[in-house]
Amino acid sequence: MMKRTMDETEHSRRRFLALSGAAMAVVTLRSAEATPATMNAAMREVTGAAAVRAGKVKLEVPPLVENGNTVPLSVSVTSPMTAEDHVRSIHVFVEKNPQPNSGNFFLGPRAGRAQVSTRIRLADSQKIVAIAKLSDGSFWSATTEVVVTLAACTEEVI
Amino acid sequence: MGSVLINVPKRAKRGDVIEIKTLMSHIMETGFRHTATGELIPRDIITSFSCRYNGEEIFRADLFPAISANPFISFFTTATETGTLEFSWIGDRGFSETATASITIE
Repeated sequence: MMKRTMDETEHSRRRFLALSGAAMAVVTLRSAEATPATMNAAMREVTGAAAVRAGKVKLEVPPLVENGNTVPLSVSVTSPMTAEDHVRSIHVFVEKNPQPNSGNFFLGPRAGRAQVSTRIRLADSQKIVAIAKLSDGSFWSATTEVVVTLAACTEEVI
Repeated sequence: MGSVLINVPKRAKRGDVIEIKTLMSHIMETGFRHTATGELIPRDIITSFSCRYNGEEIFRADLFPAISANPFISFFTTATETGTLEFSWIGDRGFSETATASITIE
């Protein structure tokens, strides 16, 4: 009797996982097509009219986050970091927080390595974009999707 | 007021790329949250962080409400000379904190 109940539970759990997996795929597809205008506008403020190419930037965030209040984030850029060729700044944007800007980091050839790490808040499962500005004026980016189970910002303070 | 943790290697060889880790205690109130009675809690965050190495700025960051409470920031620099690293955090409501760390180049 007990055995059957557990089997049923396990079965429904699998079904749920399969369904949520399908739902996630749908959300991912949709957001890849329709980036909210606010994030685009915030990115344009940094890049101006310049083209942003994918590449050079590595954005490390856990793909599944339990607590959106502190999400470790690390951005590194492939660059020799010399006076002639270095990373000037790194900008992090998120799609569904109340404000798209998350952090601007300014570095220079003295950094030796173009890498910054911090912890951010995520109000929802969403897309994160990191953009790097190089000394030649070009912009490079990396994008990643994060699933958040407990969102930040929404809880009430008592 | 704020308590701070800084991790800088005490010694390094000239030309070494070293990692610097900083953590400043701060609530980082986003300004997007409400109390149970519906009142908006005003924003109270650190907005700017910078690091100077013997007076020259080597790293700077603009922080937004999306940065978690007790902001942790880590970055890299090239060890050039013996001296002092000065860290500065500036924020809402007149928040201003500084800290220093020394490094010896062998």
